[in-house]
Formats: sequence, C-alpha cells, structure tokens
Amino acid sequence: MFIIKLVMKNALRHKLRTALTILGVAIAVMSFGFLRTIVTAWSAGVQASAENRMITRQSVSFIFPLPFSCLEQLQQVPGVTEVTYANWFGGVYKDAADFKNFFPRIAVDPETYFSLYPEFIIPADQFAEFKKERNACVVGAKLAQEHGFKLGDIIPIEGDIYPGHWEFVVRGIYHGRDQSTDETQMFFHWDYLNERMHVESPGREGLVGWYVLSVKNAADMPRVAKEVDERYKNSRSATKTETEREFQQSFLSMSDAILSSLEAVSYIIIGIILLVLANTIVMAARERTKEYAVLKTLGFSAFHIAGLIAGESMFIATTGLAIGLALTFPLAMGFAKAFPTFFPVFNVETITVVIAVAVALSAGVAAAVFPVTRAMRMRIVDGLRSID
Amino acid sequence: MAQNGTMIRVDHVTKSYRRDSIEIPVLRDISIDVPPGEFLALMGPSGSGKTTLLNLIAGIDRPNAGNVVVNGTNIGDLGESDLARWRARHVGFIFQFYNLLPVLTAFENVELPLLLTDLSRKEKRDHVEAALRLVGLGDRIRHYPKQLSGGQEQRVAIARAIVTDPTILVADEPTGDLDKTSAGEIMDLLDRLNKEFKKTIVMVTHDPRAAERAHKAMHLDKGELTS
Amino acid sequence: MKIPLKYMWRSLWTRRLTTLLTLGGIALVVFVFAAVLMLSNGVQQTMVDTGADDNVIVLRRSANSELVSQIDRDAANLIRTDPGIATGPDGKPILSTEVVVIINLMRKDVDGMGNITVRGVSPEALVLRPQVKITQGQMFRTGSHEIIIGTSIAARYRGTGIGEQIRFGDAMWTVVGYFTAEGTGFESEIWGDVEQLMPAFGRPVFSSLTFKLRNAGDYEAVKTRIQADPRTQYTEMKREKVYYREQSQLMSDFIRVLGLIVTIIFSVGAVIGAMITMYAAVANRTVEIGTMRALGFRRRSVLGAFMIESVFLALLGGGTGVALASLMSFVRIATVNFSTFSELAFGFTLSPGIVISSLVFSLVMGFAGGFLPAVRAARMNILAALRSA
Repeated sequence: MFIIKLVMKNALRHKLRTALTILGVAIAVMSFGFLRTIVTAWSAGVQASAENRMITRQSVSFIFPLPFSCLEQLQQVPGVTEVTYANWFGGVYKDAADFKNFFPRIAVDPETYFSLYPEFIIPADQFAEFKKERNACVVGAKLAQEHGFKLGDIIPIEGDIYPGHWEFVVRGIYHGRDQSTDETQMFFHWDYLNERMHVESPGREGLVGWYVLSVKNAADMPRVAKEVDERYKNSRSATKTETEREFQQSFLSMSDAILSSLEAVSYIIIGIILLVLANTIVMAARERTKEYAVLKTLGFSAFHIAGLIAGESMFIATTGLAIGLALTFPLAMGFAKAFPTFFPVFNVETITVVIAVAVALSAGVAAAVFPVTRAMRMRIVDGLRSID
Repeated sequence: MAQNGTMIRVDHVTKSYRRDSIEIPVLRDISIDVPPGEFLALMGPSGSGKTTLLNLIAGIDRPNAGNVVVNGTNIGDLGESDLARWRARHVGFIFQFYNLLPVLTAFENVELPLLLTDLSRKEKRDHVEAALRLVGLGDRIRHYPKQLSGGQEQRVAIARAIVTDPTILVADEPTGDLDKTSAGEIMDLLDRLNKEFKKTIVMVTHDPRAAERAHKAMHLDKGELTS
Repeated sequence: MKIPLKYMWRSLWTRRLTTLLTLGGIALVVFVFAAVLMLSNGVQQTMVDTGADDNVIVLRRSANSELVSQIDRDAANLIRTDPGIATGPDGKPILSTEVVVIINLMRKDVDGMGNITVRGVSPEALVLRPQVKITQGQMFRTGSHEIIIGTSIAARYRGTGIGEQIRFGDAMWTVVGYFTAEGTGFESEIWGDVEQLMPAFGRPVFSSLTFKLRNAGDYEAVKTRIQADPRTQYTEMKREKVYYREQSQLMSDFIRVLGLIVTIIFSVGAVIGAMITMYAAVANRTVEIGTMRALGFRRRSVLGAFMIESVFLALLGGGTGVALASLMSFVRIATVNFSTFSELAFGFTLSPGIVISSLVFSLVMGFAGGFLPAVRAARMNILAALRSA
C-alpha cells in the first residue's frame, strides 16, 4: 500500500536519526526485559512450588527446630500421604565474602526427601552410592558446574549453626526436571548430622528444621494445616503449617520493598522509551509540515497524514522492540551464567515478552499523538507557508 | 593599501566540481582586475559561475588553478585558520537571504564579527551602534529577525558586513528576495557605502536595476567572461 | 569561546519541546542513578551508625552473624574481668551479654509475615548504646517478661501496641515501651531481658557480648589477652562498627551493582536521545553554521558551541534528576537484610559524593551525546552549508 511505502521512505530519509531512535528503543526494551526478568526470577521459588506440598515449621520463626517425634504423628494425619524432614545446615564454604560460595546446604532423609521432591532427578546408581555413605552428598548440576564439583570430590564446610569442621563427599549430581527447578542445592544425610550432635552437643540431637508433607487432595490442605497446628498449639513446639507456595511467598514478601523498587524503575524505563521516540517523531513531523500541506492539497485526508506519522512511529517502535527483545535473551543468559547461585533460576518469562510488546506498541501510538493532533488541525495555507 | 592600483586580482583561475567521479568545469581560466573603490556587478545565466567567482574572491572557496590576490595578499597561500582570520578582517558578506542568526537580536547579529576581535565592550558597542545608525536602523536594535521586514533584515545584514570596516564587500544577489521599494533602498545604501566610504564592492546579481547602480558589469557564461 | 553563550542557550530554548524531552530523558536516568547510590549509602549508613567507635562485639569464631554464634557463660564471665573494659559509676563493667533470635509477626500493610530480630540484653545495653532512647512507655524491668519495641517495628507490625502481649518462646511478653535509635538498625528490633529470653527459647548460651572499651586505643591489647586464653580462644572480637559494616556489605553491594548495571544500560538510551536532538539541531542550523564560518569563526568554535549546548542540556537534566532524587530522602524502606535474614529499615541518604558523581555522570552523557553531532557541524563545508538554505 502506498502509505506503507511512503512511511518506509520517510523513515529512511534520515537514516542516522531513524537508526539511532531504533537503537534507543531497543536498548530501553532490553533493560526493561532484563529488569522484569530479575523480578520474576526473584519469585521463581513461588512458581516452582508444588501443588500438593505443605511445610510445617516452628510457629515463632524458622530458626527454632521441631522435635523428631513429630514425624510419626504427622504421618498419621488424615489426607497426608508422605512426610519428610530437613535441617538447614548453613555453614561457610571457603571465603564467605564471595557470594558465589553461598549455596543451600541441607540435611535430609534420603529415603523420603527425594520422593517428595521428584523434580530433583538423580541417576539411580549415584543415588545408591549416596545412600551407602554416611557423609556423602548430592549436588545440583548448576552448582557442580560453577564450582567444578565432580563425583568423588570432597566439599569442606566450616559449620556455624552446627560448629566444627565438616567434610562431605560428592556421590551424586542431580538435574532439575523443570526449567524452574533449582539446581544449586547440596543435600546430605540427616543421620550424619544427628549422630554428630549426639556426640558433640547432645542437647541438639533429634531436632528437625522443618517437615514437608505431601497431601493427596489439594482440597484437604486447609484442613490438614489447621489440624496440625491445633495439635501443637499449646506445646513448646507450636507449629505453623502452610502450603509450599504460601511458604515461599512469605519469604518473597519480605523483600517486597526491593521488588517494588525494581518494578518502579522498569516503569521509568518505559518513560524513557516514550521520550526518545516522541522526540524523533515530533521532529520528523515538524520538518515535513510543508509536505503534509502539499499532500492535503493533492486530496489526501487528515487521516492519511495521521497514518503517515503514526506509521513511522510504529515502524520505529516495532523494529526497536524486535531488536531489544532479541538482545534481552543473551543478556539474561550471560547474567545467569555469571551469577548462578544468586538467581538459581533465571529465565525470560513469556509474560515479560508480552508486557514489553504492549509497552513498545503503546509508546509507538503515544509518541504520535501530539504531532498527529497538530497535523490534523493545521490549515493547508499555514502549512505551505512554513519554513522550518 | 592597494598595490599597482588593484584591489582584487583574479589571475588565470580555474575551478571545477566533482560529482560522482565526473569533473564539471565551472570557471575556465578567468582573469579580472578590480581597482580599489570599484563597484562591480557580475552577471550571467544560472550555472555561469558568477557565484563561484564571488566565493573565490571572498575566500570561502579555493581555485583548482590560478591565484586570487586581494589587497596584496595571495589568499591561496593561507592555511584554513589564517584564511578564517583573513575573512574576518577583510571581507564583509551580504547574502540573498540575509543569513541572520534567528536567536540573536539585530544588535547581537551585527556584533557577531566583532567577537573575533580584541575590542573592549564599549568599543564594540560603539561600532555596532554606528553601523546600525548608518543603515538607518538605530531604533530597531533589540528586535529579532522575525520581527523585521525583509528590507530591514538585509539592512541589518549590511550593518554586520561593515561593522569591522572590511577591505571589500561581497554581495550575492542582495536584492533577490526583496520587493521593488526595499531593493531600491538597499541599492541606495550600497551606493553610499561605495561613494562615501570608498568601499570596493563585488556584487552578483540577476536584477538589471541593481546592476545599473554598479560602475561596471561583467558577464559570464559557462565559466568564461563574455564581456 | 568566541561564540556567545547566549546563542547556545537561546538555540536550545527555541526548540523547547525537543529540548525538554531530551532533558527529561537525562533527568530520569540520573534520578535512578542517584537514587540507587543513595539507597546503597542508606543501608551502609544505617548499619555502620549502629556501631560505636569504642564498642566491641564478641562472637564465636567464623560466625557470620549473631544468629549463628554461641558464647557460653564461662567465656562471658572471663571476658567480663578484663581490665580493658570500661566500668560504670557502680563499678560494674559496661558489658552486655546478648541473645539474638528471629520471630515472625504479622505485617500491618499486607497479608504477610516479617522476620523480626529479638535481642535479649543486659541492663548495661542502654549505656552501651546511648543513641537508643525510650520514646513512649518505659524500659522493661529486669527479671520480668516485659519487652520494648523499636519504633520501625511498632509502625509496621500488628499486635505491638503498648500493653499488648506477644506470644513466643512458650511465654507471653508484655510490650511496655517503644524506642528509637537515631535511624540505626536497633530501631528494627525488639529488646528484652537476656536472662528471661534465653530459657524461653531454650538457649543455654549467649549469641554475643558487647562491651565498651575504657580507651578506644586499647582494642589490640584486649584482643590479644582474650585470644591468648584457651577458654576464650574460640571467640572472635570485632569493633562494633566493623561488624555492622560487614552485616550490610552484601545488601549494599547487591543494590549498588544491580542498580548501576541497569542505570548504565539505559543511560545509553538517554545518550541516544541527546544525540538525536543534537543532530537535529545541527541539521536545522546548517545555514547559521555556514554563515558563522564565512564570517571567520573557526571550526573549533563551532565544535565547542555544540558541545557546550549538549553538555549544558545534560547538566540541566542531571541537576533536575538529582533534585528529584533528593526528595527520596523522605522515604524509608524496610526489607530483609540478606546477612541477618531479619528486617531492617533504612532510608535514602544523599551525600556530596553522590551529587558530584551524578553530575559527572550527566556530563559524560552530554559529552557522549553531543560529540558526534558537534563534529559533523564543525566539519561542514562552508559552501555546502550556505547553499542548503
């Protein structure tokens, strides 16, 4: 169609300016995509929550343990199919100041933990080896890659919550079943931890960090939570039971100030896209005032003129959008490779792309509003007279 | 100070332009002598090279061959910054479309060439006011170009051209954009500058009435003098 | 600069809309830049000011935070006798044995919980930390189940009214007062009697000790003595300020790195906006440029003029951005501190260094955006420029 051809020719008249504008939009879209990916990656834990898992922890806060005796009682709650338990070990690996060395170190019961977390896939032979050795451990594939852990390597940890020098042997490397599975964790035997506590700090043996319950029917979950918490309400170890999603969400909401700030900044970027684009379109339209007047004398309507202006604006916006999106993915991948333990899951979500598209297209329209209004209102006579 | 009674000598000058590896000759072996105090009109059809010749005399273009000597100085010998300095001191420009800076007032436009000198603020002001009074615009000092008529703009441009008391005045179609009355006023002004202030003026023009006011007219056609 | 400044200023003003749009873009980028630096500064400020120059904190060796540190009574009693510790008017050493745990409270603004630090302290704690002042109610009585709450927590969490009771650690605790701490980390804490809190939480040992040095210069001497004794060898001493700076390092580095990456990426967008504006300005004033060159102004004057315009535009935008960012000083944010895993409230702190960096940043943007267009203007051929009329 003629209008489209004219739009393209107009845009290409000032190649440098058009190229710069497209580049500006592209970079802003790329930053936008990157920021939003950080926001979604932060909440990846919530996304990865399973539908039917619940977490039971000490009600005062997670730093207080629950007695091991709860296990049997929890297993008997109607609706609960399986129960496992775990302790957050913490400790310090090498130089604590380097954030790369911070990864989750968790003591688990091998028999039950991995059946409750089927998303951690361990090769059968490695799993068998892991179960055999007291101080064996299983590490995530991303973690192994980042630190160069291989089967048979020893990982030394200086305990802090559980003081002393600890050594673990890598007997298995797990892969995540889904794209959203965390591959940066390290698991070892709960029994190993417990035995050592028995010897070194008897007061701390038989204590569990949290329990994980698998509930057959999602509808049962509220009832299960109530029943468990009621049971322990007046004991020394009052519990708080919630779905895994709620559990993750509560951690997330503690950083909501930061997340909101990041989102606010992403809106500011939208503002910048708009300004850069509007700047160019306003200039372009002003330069062509006389031409638009001439077109009008030839019989083109005001809508045609509007189409030219908006067309150019949309052309630049969509080209910039395409380039920006294309660049977002490698940027995200580079970031994920550089900081794998910080954001264990760092993917550009579909929703991010959708929002970016919506933003760029709206900016394309908005940038054209002012010059279009001006062009529509202009009288042919004034237009012909204008010298810019 | 003129040497041998010549203010401007154009000596066997040739100029051509390059367009996509084709050489287009504009001036072919031109020689002219302009004595001091002369008022010369250069005339000819479009593409005859008259404006090019003017540009060479004014020092904003260089010939491919030959010399241009103004008041004893071979301007072809000057490097670019020296040439700029020379222009500032010796040449007053008058353009067809006035070429005033739209964001400066009449006063500031006229003051512009003086900014390249070392005059004090007071001296500069005196020169500007004198120039504006001479062209009859003493009362329009604070106006911006868009607030002036075409004739008034051209007068401001002339004031700017003379404010440094240059050796020669160079005018490219000075009345080209003016109505008959304004054109007449401008030519009166140029005439006065030539007769009273003994300014050497070289003017390119299409307008026969403007050419009439000059002492001498030379015609160019296809890069050669025809008379 | 031979070309008058008013020429540049007025040229910018003539194309107001474009000038404002470009200025707006730069202002936005500088705003984010400055705000990020202010936030990172605010975190450090809050944490570092939490410590005093002559206070020393004792933790278990290689414990990264009080939460994972344990110090037993014997060690505490031994350290208490060190002559390097200042004594109060009653002759008792100014030393507070402390236990630190985290509890959950319900937030007022959203449906969720927060991790709050509860600190059991000795009566000497108030002497150790003079910035802590009771603003409402009164200090808790030693030996009772009374607690006082930092004003930041009182404002954000439910069930913290004076007279209300909070249940944790197998007992009910009565809120008897609020305290401020000059915006430092303690304002995000709850304090109670250490000897009551320890049994309630089933903790037989302290998390840390904090004491005041008799002379700030005695630090090394005290450290050597304590390190030498086998009974206290498992402990580690740090100046309070150093400890708190470490506690904020992760958080402040994270904010700063993330913020700067993002800002620098989209500053490129703003620079491009400036470049487009300047190219257009040059294109628009081709005849003017040719005229000035014909009149005798040199190429470098033309270059300079456009560079000055661009830099001036950018500085104006940068100044606006900084001014807007300074408004953020009135905002306080509370979030989880990565190192202590509990809530910390902090604000945006402006510093002269931040103002200067922001203005330098905008200067760089102006320079980058204006350079190529200015070069184009300077390199113009006089004739071509004049002919373009």
